[in-house]
Amino acid sequence: MVRTYALLVWTWTRAAAQYPLSFALMTVGGFVVSGLDIAVIWVIFANTSSLGGFGLTEVMFLYGSAGLAFAIADLLFSNVDRISEHIRAGTLDAMLIRPVSPFVQVAADRFMPHRIGRVAQAAVVLGIALPRLDVPAGRAWMIPVMVVCGIVIFTSVWALGGAVQFLLTDAPEVANAFTYGGGMLTQYPLSVYGDHIVRGVTFILPLAFVNWQPGLYVLGRDDPLGLPHWVRFLSPAAAVALALVAALAWRAGIRRYRSTGS
Amino acid sequence: MIEAAALGRAFKVRGRVVHAVRDLSFRIEAGEFVGCLGPNGAGKSTTIKMLTGILSPTSGRVTVAGLDPTRRRTALARRIGVVFGQRTTLWWDLPLRDSFELIRLLYKVDRKPFRERLDELTTLLDMAGFLTTPVRQLSLGQRMRGDLAAALLHDPAVLVLDEPTIGLDIVSKAGVRDFLRRRNAEYGTTVLLTTHDLGDVERLCRRVLLIDHGRLAFDGTVGELLATVPGETSIEDVVAHLYRNGASPTGEPR
Repeated sequence: MVRTYALLVWTWTRAAAQYPLSFALMTVGGFVVSGLDIAVIWVIFANTSSLGGFGLTEVMFLYGSAGLAFAIADLLFSNVDRISEHIRAGTLDAMLIRPVSPFVQVAADRFMPHRIGRVAQAAVVLGIALPRLDVPAGRAWMIPVMVVCGIVIFTSVWALGGAVQFLLTDAPEVANAFTYGGGMLTQYPLSVYGDHIVRGVTFILPLAFVNWQPGLYVLGRDDPLGLPHWVRFLSPAAAVALALVAALAWRAGIRRYRSTGS
Repeated sequence: MIEAAALGRAFKVRGRVVHAVRDLSFRIEAGEFVGCLGPNGAGKSTTIKMLTGILSPTSGRVTVAGLDPTRRRTALARRIGVVFGQRTTLWWDLPLRDSFELIRLLYKVDRKPFRERLDELTTLLDMAGFLTTPVRQLSLGQRMRGDLAAALLHDPAVLVLDEPTIGLDIVSKAGVRDFLRRRNAEYGTTVLLTTHDLGDVERLCRRVLLIDHGRLAFDGTVGELLATVPGETSIEDVVAHLYRNGASPTGEPR
Protein backbone atom coordinates (compact mmCIF):
# COMPACT_ATOMS: atom_id res chain seq x y z
CA MET A 1 0.00 0.00 0.00
CA VAL A 2 2.85 2.37 0.90
CA ARG A 3 4.59 1.38 -2.30
CA THR A 4 1.51 1.96 -4.42
CA TYR A 5 1.03 5.35 -2.76
CA ALA A 6 4.65 6.29 -3.43
CA LEU A 7 4.40 5.21 -7.08
CA LEU A 8 1.20 7.21 -7.60
CA VAL A 9 2.77 10.26 -5.97
CA TRP A 10 5.82 9.86 -8.17
CA THR A 11 3.66 9.80 -11.31
CA TRP A 12 1.95 13.06 -10.33
CA THR A 13 5.26 14.63 -9.35
CA ARG A 14 6.63 13.81 -12.80
CA ALA A 15 3.51 15.36 -14.32
CA ALA A 16 4.07 18.52 -12.22
CA ALA A 17 7.73 18.58 -13.25
CA GLN A 18 6.64 19.24 -16.83
CA TYR A 19 5.92 22.78 -15.66
CA PRO A 20 9.10 23.57 -13.68
CA LEU A 21 8.52 27.35 -13.45
CA SER A 22 5.04 26.89 -12.01
CA PHE A 23 6.39 24.33 -9.55
CA ALA A 24 9.21 26.65 -8.44
CA LEU A 25 6.92 29.67 -8.04
CA MET A 26 4.32 27.75 -6.06
CA THR A 27 6.96 26.19 -3.80
CA VAL A 28 8.55 29.56 -3.04
CA GLY A 29 5.08 31.07 -2.69
CA GLY A 30 4.10 28.50 -0.08
CA PHE A 31 7.33 29.16 1.80
CA VAL A 32 6.81 32.93 1.77
CA VAL A 33 3.08 32.95 2.55
CA SER A 34 3.48 30.62 5.51
CA GLY A 35 6.51 32.71 6.47
CA LEU A 36 4.06 35.54 7.14
CA ASP A 37 2.78 33.51 10.11
CA ILE A 38 6.14 33.81 11.77
CA ALA A 39 6.28 37.54 10.91
CA VAL A 40 3.03 37.89 12.87
CA ILE A 41 4.64 36.17 15.84
CA TRP A 42 7.64 38.51 15.65
CA VAL A 43 5.33 41.56 15.52
CA ILE A 44 3.56 40.29 18.63
CA PHE A 45 6.85 39.87 20.43
CA ALA A 46 7.98 43.36 19.43
CA ASN A 47 5.24 44.57 21.77
CA THR A 48 5.31 41.97 24.52
CA SER A 49 7.85 39.60 26.01
CA SER A 50 5.53 36.65 26.45
CA LEU A 51 2.53 35.07 24.78
CA GLY A 52 0.32 32.99 27.06
CA GLY A 53 3.28 32.70 29.43
CA PHE A 54 5.77 31.57 26.74
CA GLY A 55 8.81 33.39 25.33
CA LEU A 56 9.59 33.96 21.64
CA THR A 57 11.83 30.91 21.22
CA GLU A 58 9.32 28.66 22.98
CA VAL A 59 6.50 29.95 20.80
CA MET A 60 8.65 29.37 17.71
CA PHE A 61 9.27 25.82 18.88
CA LEU A 62 5.53 25.18 19.35
CA TYR A 63 4.81 26.83 15.99
CA GLY A 64 7.54 24.93 14.14
CA SER A 65 6.74 21.49 15.55
CA ALA A 66 3.00 21.77 14.87
CA GLY A 67 3.68 23.44 11.53
CA LEU A 68 5.99 20.64 10.45
CA ALA A 69 3.47 17.96 11.36
CA PHE A 70 0.66 19.89 9.68
CA ALA A 71 2.63 20.65 6.51
CA ILE A 72 3.76 17.03 6.08
CA ALA A 73 0.21 15.74 6.61
CA ASP A 74 -1.01 18.44 4.21
CA LEU A 75 1.56 17.43 1.59
CA LEU A 76 0.90 13.71 1.83
CA PHE A 77 -2.78 13.31 2.68
CA SER A 78 -4.82 16.50 2.55
CA ASN A 79 -6.14 15.64 -0.91
CA VAL A 80 -8.65 13.38 0.84
CA ASP A 81 -10.62 16.57 1.48
CA ARG A 82 -11.39 16.51 -2.26
CA ILE A 83 -13.53 13.43 -1.77
CA SER A 84 -16.77 15.36 -2.32
CA GLU A 85 -15.44 16.49 -5.73
CA HIS A 86 -14.73 12.86 -6.56
CA ILE A 87 -18.20 11.85 -5.41
CA ARG A 88 -19.92 14.52 -7.49
CA ALA A 89 -17.77 14.00 -10.59
CA GLY A 90 -18.13 10.22 -10.38
CA THR A 91 -14.36 9.69 -10.25
CA LEU A 92 -14.79 7.82 -6.97
CA ASP A 93 -16.54 5.09 -8.97
CA ALA A 94 -13.39 4.74 -11.04
CA MET A 95 -11.30 4.44 -7.86
CA LEU A 96 -13.58 1.81 -6.39
CA ILE A 97 -13.02 -0.53 -9.33
CA ARG A 98 -9.25 -0.50 -8.71
CA PRO A 99 -7.57 -3.04 -6.43
CA VAL A 100 -6.21 -0.30 -4.15
CA SER A 101 -7.79 1.44 -1.16
CA PRO A 102 -9.70 4.54 -2.29
CA PHE A 103 -8.08 6.44 0.61
CA VAL A 104 -4.65 5.89 -0.92
CA GLN A 105 -5.95 6.83 -4.37
CA VAL A 106 -7.71 10.00 -3.25
CA ALA A 107 -4.73 11.08 -1.13
CA ALA A 108 -2.32 10.59 -4.03
CA ASP A 109 -4.61 11.92 -6.75
CA ARG A 110 -3.23 15.14 -8.23
CA PHE A 111 -0.48 15.16 -5.61
CA MET A 112 0.96 18.67 -5.23
CA PRO A 113 4.71 18.52 -4.67
CA HIS A 114 4.93 22.30 -4.26
CA ARG A 115 3.44 21.91 -0.78
CA ILE A 116 6.99 20.98 0.21
CA GLY A 117 7.52 24.76 0.51
CA ARG A 118 5.45 24.87 3.68
CA VAL A 119 7.27 21.85 5.09
CA ALA A 120 10.55 23.67 4.53
CA GLN A 121 9.28 26.83 6.20
CA ALA A 122 8.17 24.96 9.34
CA ALA A 123 11.44 23.02 9.41
CA VAL A 124 13.43 26.26 9.21
CA VAL A 125 11.49 27.80 12.13
CA LEU A 126 12.00 24.66 14.20
CA GLY A 127 15.66 24.64 13.19
CA ILE A 128 16.07 28.21 14.43
CA ALA A 129 14.24 27.60 17.70
CA LEU A 130 15.78 24.29 18.78
CA PRO A 131 19.45 25.26 19.30
CA ARG A 132 18.36 28.28 21.40
CA LEU A 133 16.23 26.17 23.71
CA ASP A 134 19.00 23.96 25.04
CA VAL A 135 16.66 20.98 25.36
CA PRO A 136 18.38 18.38 27.56
CA ALA A 137 19.21 15.16 25.71
CA GLY A 138 16.96 13.22 28.09
CA ARG A 139 13.88 15.07 26.82
CA ALA A 140 14.80 15.62 23.18
CA TRP A 141 13.53 12.18 22.15
CA MET A 142 10.03 13.56 22.45
CA ILE A 143 10.56 15.94 19.50
CA PRO A 144 10.49 13.36 16.67
CA VAL A 145 7.77 11.43 18.53
CA MET A 146 5.53 14.48 18.69
CA VAL A 147 6.06 15.33 15.03
CA VAL A 148 5.11 11.80 13.97
CA CYS A 149 2.08 11.79 16.30
CA GLY A 150 1.14 15.21 14.94
CA ILE A 151 1.25 13.89 11.36
CA VAL A 152 -1.00 10.97 12.36
CA ILE A 153 -3.42 13.27 14.22
CA PHE A 154 -3.74 15.80 11.38
CA THR A 155 -4.08 13.01 8.80
CA SER A 156 -6.84 11.47 10.91
CA VAL A 157 -8.61 14.83 11.09
CA TRP A 158 -8.48 14.99 7.29
CA ALA A 159 -9.78 11.45 6.99
CA LEU A 160 -12.61 12.26 9.39
CA GLY A 161 -13.38 15.37 7.36
CA GLY A 162 -13.43 13.18 4.25
CA ALA A 163 -15.73 10.64 5.90
CA VAL A 164 -18.16 13.42 6.85
CA GLN A 165 -18.32 14.45 3.19
CA PHE A 166 -19.99 11.15 2.32
CA LEU A 167 -22.95 12.55 4.24
CA LEU A 168 -22.52 16.24 3.47
CA THR A 169 -21.44 16.13 -0.15
CA ASP A 170 -22.22 19.80 -0.56
CA ALA A 171 -20.25 21.09 2.40
CA PRO A 172 -16.54 20.32 2.18
CA GLU A 173 -15.94 23.63 4.01
CA VAL A 174 -17.31 22.12 7.22
CA ALA A 175 -14.37 19.73 7.25
CA ASN A 176 -11.91 22.51 6.43
CA ALA A 177 -12.87 24.31 9.64
CA PHE A 178 -11.35 21.41 11.55
CA THR A 179 -8.37 20.65 9.32
CA TYR A 180 -7.02 24.11 8.50
CA GLY A 181 -8.61 25.49 11.67
CA GLY A 182 -6.76 22.86 13.69
CA GLY A 183 -3.54 23.73 11.91
CA MET A 184 -3.93 27.40 12.82
CA LEU A 185 -4.97 26.69 16.40
CA THR A 186 -1.86 24.67 17.20
CA GLN A 187 0.43 27.47 16.00
CA TYR A 188 0.17 29.26 19.33
CA PRO A 189 0.47 28.08 22.95
CA LEU A 190 -2.95 26.76 23.90
CA SER A 191 -2.81 28.90 27.04
CA VAL A 192 -3.78 31.92 24.92
CA TYR A 193 -7.18 30.33 24.25
CA GLY A 194 -10.14 29.95 26.59
CA ASP A 195 -10.61 26.93 28.85
CA HIS A 196 -13.42 25.52 26.74
CA ILE A 197 -11.32 25.38 23.61
CA VAL A 198 -8.40 23.76 25.42
CA ARG A 199 -10.68 21.16 26.95
CA GLY A 200 -12.25 20.52 23.56
CA VAL A 201 -8.91 19.96 21.83
CA THR A 202 -7.67 17.80 24.71
CA PHE A 203 -10.60 15.48 25.29
CA ILE A 204 -12.66 15.60 22.09
CA LEU A 205 -10.52 16.33 19.04
CA PRO A 206 -7.07 15.70 20.52
CA LEU A 207 -5.14 18.49 18.81
CA ALA A 208 -3.53 19.35 22.18
CA PHE A 209 -1.41 16.22 21.69
CA VAL A 210 0.14 17.49 18.46
CA ASN A 211 2.50 19.93 20.13
CA TRP A 212 1.01 21.33 23.34
CA GLN A 213 1.21 18.48 25.84
CA PRO A 214 4.42 16.88 24.47
CA GLY A 215 5.81 20.39 23.94
CA LEU A 216 5.36 21.19 27.63
CA TYR A 217 7.49 18.13 28.36
CA VAL A 218 10.21 19.15 25.92
CA LEU A 219 10.23 22.70 27.32
CA GLY A 220 10.16 21.42 30.93
CA ARG A 221 7.10 23.53 31.74
CA ASP A 222 4.15 22.88 34.00
CA ASP A 223 0.73 22.80 32.38
CA PRO A 224 -0.72 26.30 32.91
CA LEU A 225 -4.13 24.66 32.95
CA GLY A 226 -3.18 22.15 35.62
CA LEU A 227 -3.48 18.75 33.91
CA PRO A 228 -1.32 16.02 35.51
CA HIS A 229 2.22 15.44 34.34
CA TRP A 230 1.61 12.04 32.75
CA VAL A 231 -0.88 13.49 30.25
CA ARG A 232 2.03 14.85 28.24
CA PHE A 233 3.10 11.29 27.33
CA LEU A 234 -0.26 10.42 25.84
CA SER A 235 0.36 11.70 22.30
CA PRO A 236 0.96 8.24 20.76
CA ALA A 237 -2.18 6.88 22.44
CA ALA A 238 -4.22 9.87 21.28
CA ALA A 239 -2.85 9.53 17.73
CA VAL A 240 -3.64 5.80 17.52
CA ALA A 241 -7.12 6.27 19.01
CA LEU A 242 -7.99 9.08 16.60
CA ALA A 243 -6.58 7.16 13.63
CA LEU A 244 -8.77 4.20 14.58
CA VAL A 245 -11.89 6.36 14.78
CA ALA A 246 -11.00 7.98 11.46
CA ALA A 247 -10.45 4.61 9.77
CA LEU A 248 -13.82 3.32 10.98
CA ALA A 249 -15.58 6.52 9.89
CA TRP A 250 -13.94 6.37 6.47
CA ARG A 251 -14.94 2.75 6.04
CA ALA A 252 -18.51 3.55 7.06
CA GLY A 253 -18.49 6.38 4.52
CA ILE A 254 -17.42 4.05 1.70
CA ARG A 255 -20.11 1.55 2.71
CA ARG A 256 -22.74 4.27 2.67
CA TYR A 257 -21.59 5.62 -0.66
CA ARG A 258 -24.52 6.03 -3.01
CA SER A 259 -22.74 6.90 -6.23
CA THR A 260 -24.38 9.22 -8.74
CA GLY A 261 -27.03 8.50 -11.36
CA SER A 262 -26.18 6.74 -14.63
CA MET B 1 -19.27 -16.49 -13.04
CA ILE B 2 -21.89 -13.96 -11.87
CA GLU B 3 -24.63 -15.02 -9.51
CA ALA B 4 -27.30 -12.75 -8.10
CA ALA B 5 -29.91 -14.00 -5.63
CA ALA B 6 -32.82 -11.78 -4.64
CA LEU B 7 -30.47 -8.85 -5.06
CA GLY B 8 -31.89 -5.46 -4.06
CA ARG B 9 -30.83 -1.90 -3.45
CA ALA B 10 -33.01 0.73 -1.81
CA PHE B 11 -32.21 4.43 -1.55
CA LYS B 12 -33.69 6.91 0.86
CA VAL B 13 -34.71 9.97 -1.09
CA ARG B 14 -36.09 12.80 1.05
CA GLY B 15 -37.43 10.41 3.63
CA ARG B 16 -39.02 8.06 1.09
CA VAL B 17 -37.58 4.65 0.34
CA VAL B 18 -37.03 4.05 -3.36
CA HIS B 19 -36.21 0.54 -4.57
CA ALA B 20 -33.81 1.01 -7.48
CA VAL B 21 -33.35 -2.74 -7.78
CA ARG B 22 -35.39 -5.44 -6.11
CA ASP B 23 -35.46 -9.20 -5.99
CA LEU B 24 -33.09 -9.65 -8.90
CA SER B 25 -31.90 -13.20 -9.49
CA PHE B 26 -29.85 -14.47 -12.40
CA ARG B 27 -26.81 -16.53 -13.16
CA ILE B 28 -24.20 -15.92 -15.83
CA GLU B 29 -21.76 -18.71 -16.75
CA ALA B 30 -18.14 -18.28 -17.74
CA GLY B 31 -17.74 -17.30 -21.39
CA GLU B 32 -21.26 -15.95 -21.86
CA PHE B 33 -21.98 -12.67 -23.64
CA VAL B 34 -24.99 -11.07 -21.98
CA GLY B 35 -26.74 -7.81 -22.76
CA CYS B 36 -28.72 -5.96 -20.12
CA LEU B 37 -31.61 -3.86 -21.42
CA GLY B 38 -34.10 -1.61 -19.72
CA PRO B 39 -35.58 1.87 -19.86
CA ASN B 40 -33.76 4.82 -18.29
CA GLY B 41 -33.88 4.56 -14.51
CA ALA B 42 -34.75 0.86 -14.57
CA GLY B 43 -31.83 -0.08 -12.34
CA LYS B 44 -29.23 -1.26 -14.85
CA SER B 45 -26.43 0.98 -13.62
CA THR B 46 -27.30 0.29 -10.00
CA THR B 47 -27.03 -3.44 -10.74
CA ILE B 48 -23.66 -2.97 -12.47
CA LYS B 49 -22.43 -0.95 -9.48
CA MET B 50 -23.44 -3.71 -7.08
CA LEU B 51 -21.69 -6.33 -9.21
CA THR B 52 -18.48 -4.30 -9.22
CA GLY B 53 -18.46 -3.44 -5.50
CA ILE B 54 -19.12 0.28 -5.93
CA LEU B 55 -22.50 0.08 -4.21
CA SER B 56 -23.35 -2.33 -1.43
CA PRO B 57 -26.69 -4.13 -1.82
CA THR B 58 -29.38 -3.52 0.77
CA SER B 59 -30.84 -7.00 0.31
CA GLY B 60 -30.01 -10.31 -1.31
CA ARG B 61 -26.65 -11.69 -2.33
CA VAL B 62 -24.33 -11.45 -5.28
CA THR B 63 -21.06 -13.15 -6.13
CA VAL B 64 -18.79 -12.35 -9.04
CA ALA B 65 -15.93 -14.72 -9.86
CA GLY B 66 -16.76 -16.41 -6.57
CA LEU B 67 -16.29 -13.22 -4.53
CA ASP B 68 -18.66 -10.98 -2.60
CA PRO B 69 -18.10 -7.59 -4.31
CA THR B 70 -18.66 -5.49 -1.20
CA ARG B 71 -16.47 -7.49 1.16
CA ARG B 72 -13.76 -8.48 -1.32
CA ARG B 73 -13.83 -5.41 -3.53
CA THR B 74 -10.09 -5.11 -4.07
CA ALA B 75 -9.64 -8.85 -4.69
CA LEU B 76 -12.50 -8.73 -7.17
CA ALA B 77 -11.00 -5.71 -8.92
CA ARG B 78 -8.13 -7.91 -10.10
CA ARG B 79 -10.53 -10.38 -11.71
CA ILE B 80 -12.86 -7.96 -13.50
CA GLY B 81 -12.55 -5.12 -15.96
CA VAL B 82 -15.07 -2.29 -15.85
CA VAL B 83 -15.92 0.33 -18.46
CA PHE B 84 -18.32 3.23 -17.99
CA GLY B 85 -19.43 4.68 -21.31
CA GLN B 86 -20.63 7.88 -19.69
CA ARG B 87 -17.38 8.70 -18.00
CA THR B 88 -13.79 7.69 -18.23
CA THR B 89 -11.86 5.75 -15.62
CA LEU B 90 -8.67 7.24 -17.03
CA TRP B 91 -6.84 10.27 -15.64
CA TRP B 92 -8.08 13.38 -17.38
CA ASP B 93 -4.80 15.30 -17.25
CA LEU B 94 -2.37 12.51 -18.07
CA PRO B 95 -1.37 11.21 -21.49
CA LEU B 96 -3.05 7.90 -22.31
CA ARG B 97 0.26 6.05 -21.98
CA ASP B 98 0.76 7.42 -18.43
CA SER B 99 -2.77 6.38 -17.51
CA PHE B 100 -1.94 2.85 -18.63
CA GLU B 101 1.29 2.95 -16.65
CA LEU B 102 -0.67 4.00 -13.52
CA ILE B 103 -3.01 1.08 -14.10
CA ARG B 104 -0.02 -1.23 -14.36
CA LEU B 105 1.11 0.05 -10.94
CA LEU B 106 -2.35 -0.19 -9.36
CA TYR B 107 -2.86 -3.76 -10.55
CA LYS B 108 0.77 -4.73 -10.01
CA VAL B 109 1.08 -6.18 -13.51
CA ASP B 110 4.61 -7.28 -14.36
CA ARG B 111 6.35 -5.28 -17.06
CA LYS B 112 6.66 -8.05 -19.61
CA PRO B 113 3.03 -9.23 -19.80
CA PHE B 114 1.95 -5.57 -19.55
CA ARG B 115 4.14 -4.67 -22.53
CA GLU B 116 2.74 -7.58 -24.56
CA ARG B 117 -0.89 -6.84 -23.70
CA LEU B 118 -0.49 -3.13 -24.36
CA ASP B 119 1.12 -3.80 -27.74
CA GLU B 120 -1.66 -6.18 -28.68
CA LEU B 121 -4.41 -3.82 -27.50
CA THR B 122 -2.72 -0.88 -29.25
CA THR B 123 -2.89 -2.81 -32.52
CA LEU B 124 -6.39 -4.20 -32.05
CA LEU B 125 -7.84 -0.87 -30.95
CA ASP B 126 -5.67 1.19 -33.30
CA MET B 127 -4.37 3.45 -30.52
CA ALA B 128 -0.83 4.13 -31.75
CA GLY B 129 -1.77 7.60 -33.01
CA PHE B 130 -2.89 9.00 -29.67
CA LEU B 131 -0.96 7.18 -26.93
CA THR B 132 0.84 10.38 -25.92
CA THR B 133 -2.25 12.61 -26.04
CA PRO B 134 -3.74 13.74 -22.70
CA VAL B 135 -7.06 12.01 -22.11
CA ARG B 136 -9.01 15.27 -22.02
CA GLN B 137 -7.99 15.95 -25.65
CA LEU B 138 -9.14 12.57 -27.00
CA SER B 139 -12.28 12.25 -29.08
CA LEU B 140 -15.05 10.14 -27.57
CA GLY B 141 -14.21 7.22 -29.85
CA GLN B 142 -10.53 7.37 -28.95
CA ARG B 143 -11.33 7.72 -25.25
CA MET B 144 -13.62 4.71 -25.35
CA ARG B 145 -10.89 2.61 -26.96
CA GLY B 146 -8.51 3.84 -24.25
CA ASP B 147 -11.00 2.86 -21.57
CA LEU B 148 -11.47 -0.58 -23.12
CA ALA B 149 -7.72 -1.14 -23.17
CA ALA B 150 -7.43 0.10 -19.57
CA ALA B 151 -10.05 -2.42 -18.45
CA LEU B 152 -8.16 -5.31 -20.03
CA LEU B 153 -4.51 -4.63 -19.16
CA HIS B 154 -4.74 -6.89 -16.11
CA ASP B 155 -6.32 -9.65 -18.20
CA PRO B 156 -9.63 -9.97 -16.30
CA ALA B 157 -11.89 -13.01 -16.59
CA VAL B 158 -15.02 -10.84 -16.60
CA LEU B 159 -15.68 -7.62 -18.46
CA VAL B 160 -18.53 -5.40 -17.29
CA LEU B 161 -19.51 -2.49 -19.52
CA ASP B 162 -22.08 0.19 -18.77
CA GLU B 163 -23.24 1.63 -22.10
CA PRO B 164 -19.93 1.16 -23.93
CA THR B 165 -21.25 2.36 -27.30
CA ILE B 166 -23.10 5.46 -26.11
CA GLY B 167 -22.47 8.47 -28.31
CA LEU B 168 -20.14 6.68 -30.72
CA ASP B 169 -20.34 7.14 -34.50
CA ILE B 170 -21.12 4.04 -36.56
CA VAL B 171 -17.52 3.30 -37.44
CA SER B 172 -16.30 3.58 -33.83
CA LYS B 173 -19.29 1.57 -32.70
CA ALA B 174 -18.51 -1.20 -35.18
CA GLY B 175 -14.89 -1.19 -34.00
CA VAL B 176 -15.87 -1.54 -30.34
CA ARG B 177 -18.38 -4.30 -31.14
CA ASP B 178 -15.89 -6.21 -33.23
CA PHE B 179 -13.30 -5.92 -30.49
CA LEU B 180 -15.71 -7.15 -27.80
CA ARG B 181 -16.88 -10.07 -29.91
CA ARG B 182 -13.32 -11.19 -30.57
CA ARG B 183 -12.35 -10.79 -26.94
CA ASN B 184 -15.25 -13.01 -25.92
CA ALA B 185 -14.60 -15.59 -28.65
CA GLU B 186 -10.81 -15.79 -28.47
CA TYR B 187 -10.13 -15.29 -24.76
CA GLY B 188 -13.38 -16.68 -23.39
CA THR B 189 -13.84 -13.46 -21.42
CA THR B 190 -17.29 -13.30 -19.85
CA VAL B 191 -18.98 -10.09 -20.99
CA LEU B 192 -21.93 -8.29 -19.43
CA LEU B 193 -22.95 -5.00 -20.99
CA THR B 194 -25.81 -2.59 -20.56
CA THR B 195 -27.01 -0.69 -23.58
CA HIS B 196 -29.82 1.21 -25.22
CA ASP B 197 -28.47 0.32 -28.62
CA LEU B 198 -30.33 -2.73 -29.91
CA GLY B 199 -27.65 -3.14 -32.58
CA ASP B 200 -25.30 -4.10 -29.74
CA VAL B 201 -27.77 -6.76 -28.65
CA GLU B 202 -28.44 -8.14 -32.12
CA ARG B 203 -24.80 -8.31 -33.13
CA LEU B 204 -23.23 -9.38 -29.87
CA CYS B 205 -25.45 -10.84 -27.22
CA ARG B 206 -26.51 -14.44 -27.13
CA ARG B 207 -28.60 -13.72 -24.08
CA VAL B 208 -30.63 -10.75 -22.90
CA LEU B 209 -31.61 -9.63 -19.41
CA LEU B 210 -34.36 -7.05 -19.39
CA ILE B 211 -34.71 -4.99 -16.25
CA ASP B 212 -37.78 -2.88 -15.65
CA HIS B 213 -38.69 -0.97 -12.50
CA GLY B 214 -35.76 -2.63 -10.75
CA ARG B 215 -37.00 -6.16 -11.45
CA LEU B 216 -35.92 -8.80 -13.90
CA ALA B 217 -38.61 -8.77 -16.57
CA PHE B 218 -37.04 -11.10 -19.11
CA ASP B 219 -34.12 -13.50 -19.24
CA GLY B 220 -33.47 -15.49 -22.40
CA THR B 221 -32.09 -15.51 -25.92
CA VAL B 222 -32.76 -12.80 -28.49
CA GLY B 223 -35.05 -15.25 -30.32
CA GLU B 224 -37.07 -15.88 -27.19
CA LEU B 225 -37.30 -12.14 -26.61
CA LEU B 226 -38.78 -11.70 -30.09
CA ALA B 227 -41.33 -14.41 -29.40
CA THR B 228 -42.69 -12.68 -26.29
CA VAL B 229 -44.70 -10.20 -28.33
CA PRO B 230 -46.72 -11.94 -31.05
CA GLY B 231 -46.96 -9.99 -34.30
CA GLU B 232 -43.84 -7.85 -33.76
CA THR B 233 -40.87 -8.97 -35.80
CA SER B 234 -38.13 -6.42 -35.15
CA ILE B 235 -36.26 -6.40 -31.88
CA GLU B 236 -36.75 -2.65 -31.71
CA ASP B 237 -40.54 -2.94 -31.83
CA VAL B 238 -40.55 -5.77 -29.31
CA VAL B 239 -38.44 -3.88 -26.80
CA ALA B 240 -40.46 -0.68 -27.29
CA HIS B 241 -43.62 -2.68 -26.69
CA LEU B 242 -42.20 -4.21 -23.54
CA TYR B 243 -40.98 -0.84 -22.19
CA ARG B 244 -44.37 0.76 -22.82
CA ASN B 245 -46.61 -1.97 -21.58
CA GLY B 246 -44.57 -3.25 -18.73
CA ALA B 247 -42.30 -6.12 -19.34
CA SER B 248 -43.83 -8.99 -17.48
CA PRO B 249 -44.03 -11.84 -19.96
CA THR B 250 -44.54 -14.35 -17.18
CA GLY B 251 -47.73 -12.52 -16.31
CA GLU B 252 -46.82 -11.77 -12.75
CA PRO B 253 -48.06 -8.44 -11.43
CA ARG B 254 -45.56 -5.61 -11.00
